[in-house]
Amino acid sequence: MRKWLVIAIPYVWMILFFLIPFFIVFKISLSESEISIPPYTPVFDIFEGWESIKAKIGELDFEKYSFIFSDELYTSAYLSSIKIAAVSTFLTLLIAYPLAYGMARAPREWQPTLMMFVILPFWTSFLIRVYAWIGILKNEGLLNALLLNLGVISEPLTIMNTTMAVYIGIVYSYLPFMVLPLYASLEKIDGRLLEAAEDLGSPPWKAFWQVTFPLSIPGIVAGCFLVFIPAVGEFVIPDLLGGSETLMIGKTLWSEFFNNRDWPVASAVAVLLLLVLIIPIVGFQWAQQRAREAGR
Amino acid sequence: MLNPGIKRLATLAGVAAAALAVASASFAKDREVKVYNWSDYIDESILADFTKETGIKVTYDVFDSNEVLETKLLAGKTGYDIVVPTGAFLSRQIKAGVFQKLDKSKLTNIGNVWPEVAKRTDVYDPNGEHAITYMWGTTGIGYNEAKIKERLGDAPVNSWDLVFKPEIAAKFKDCGIFMLDSPDDILSSALRYLGIDPNTKDEAELKKGAELLKSIRPNVRKFHSSEYINALADGDICIAVGWSGDILQARDRAEEAKNGHVIKYSIPKEGAMMWFDMMAIPKDAENVAEAHEFLNYLLKPEVIAKASNYINYANGNLPSKEFISEEVKNDPAIYPDEDTMSKLFVKLAYDAKTQRTVTRLWTGVVTGK
Repeated sequence: MRKWLVIAIPYVWMILFFLIPFFIVFKISLSESEISIPPYTPVFDIFEGWESIKAKIGELDFEKYSFIFSDELYTSAYLSSIKIAAVSTFLTLLIAYPLAYGMARAPREWQPTLMMFVILPFWTSFLIRVYAWIGILKNEGLLNALLLNLGVISEPLTIMNTTMAVYIGIVYSYLPFMVLPLYASLEKIDGRLLEAAEDLGSPPWKAFWQVTFPLSIPGIVAGCFLVFIPAVGEFVIPDLLGGSETLMIGKTLWSEFFNNRDWPVASAVAVLLLLVLIIPIVGFQWAQQRAREAGR
Repeated sequence: MLNPGIKRLATLAGVAAAALAVASASFAKDREVKVYNWSDYIDESILADFTKETGIKVTYDVFDSNEVLETKLLAGKTGYDIVVPTGAFLSRQIKAGVFQKLDKSKLTNIGNVWPEVAKRTDVYDPNGEHAITYMWGTTGIGYNEAKIKERLGDAPVNSWDLVFKPEIAAKFKDCGIFMLDSPDDILSSALRYLGIDPNTKDEAELKKGAELLKSIRPNVRKFHSSEYINALADGDICIAVGWSGDILQARDRAEEAKNGHVIKYSIPKEGAMMWFDMMAIPKDAENVAEAHEFLNYLLKPEVIAKASNYINYANGNLPSKEFISEEVKNDPAIYPDEDTMSKLFVKLAYDAKTQRTVTRLWTGVVTGK
């Protein structure tokens, strides 16, 4: 009985907070938009009886999906979001790896403090931290003032409102999500393996590539997914830091929902975004499964 | 003569009775009204005065875009008793059945409405059946005086040429042009500049407007509907196409900061868009009587004048002019002269199909795709 409960809880969670909302969104994506409350039709009412519901199901269609594929705007928004997310995930990894490595190799008694420093930014609101970057990056901002005073540049750099600023914002905001899993897997590595490598005549850089790096791959994969997945749908950072030419799917979805008041198309965009993200996640699961079976 | 002990008992009984009376009074529901208005759009003391005068508590929340308000209204059950959409949005929401008709017998101050403004808002809400104009303004050009002079000399700034003529706009590329992220404002202004009816539904004409915007797109740093206030005030940009009161707010912020930036607002001579923010009561409002009292209070000339003096926007109340400070009343950016007024145009709501065409063209302009 207790075992059954333990299994049931995550399923109930999934159904309540994922499947039901997903089906509501999916159903809206098959509806037609209309100027009314709510702004789409048909609206199901379980008290109307089965016949009426059956008639209304007949009104649903997949027209919105073919519309999305007929306009290259949406495809290019998906592709550009994936590109921005992939590049920033890679940059985050480049910065986070040495950080996590340093933390894992630091003396034991320092590690909790270092960990604190990584988590510390979460104590301030995410929005305020992104706003702070506006103050740093803008034309008359701190960064330009510093570089101008040092004589590195003679004209202020335009970073604010470009895709560059979006990369900076995403890398900054998601850095802890990369550092933490990396640290967790690096910290677990048995130090004796490296000693063994050294005893067998392996130079440190070779030992790193042959021992440390392969053992940290689970951390790299987990960190990359934690950064990549939310970055694809990111809305706040491109809206505040990005320029108008930064095309991302989150913004496209926003304008479908708010500017066009077209809930059905907005829902269809959201459903497709979910599918775009589910494919790599399932692939990742499958790869992990195979690795586990091969290891057995 | 009572002995002190009994006297004390009597006092205690009196206190207890008073306490009971207070307690039972609080069982009766407190009267309240829930207002959802634009951010930075009222003198807060007006709300306190209203509560003092009527005993009605005001819950006051703010939003910063018509789109957000409309989405809440169309989802239903907002919980607000008064909301303040802009004209074209209001007219569409009336069609969607969002608002109830005003009970004019409760609005004893309705006679103060400015007929000239009411005439113009008739296109959104015929005969003012659902809404009362709160404030109105224009969409024009805000600029940094010194930076414009530096690049343009003494050339006139009262024309859309400043932003819509590619060779002139190009001179400001490096110092930055911001525009509202709102096709309603920008596309209609571009159409007006081209001499096309700003309310056209013709796809070919709309495309001409979009082409013009695409030609100047490389010179625009960002399309955004609120960041320009700070960007202009801090001297980060040279020009912003934005809402009159917001640009005047940038002017005031720059003055307060004493950073040396002088911000000015101009209504282009080709004509600019005039918009109206209007107060209406949703159908599902809970405190309808209180909402009417609130509207009636804001229809008092001295009250609405206080708001105008504070936020630098003109209101829709004719007798209030008497109470408006000279500074605000004589500012042509707030109360334009007759000649300028005659060139202002109003924007109507698009039908769903035109809306989609416009939004698609707009996305093309904004993203450069």
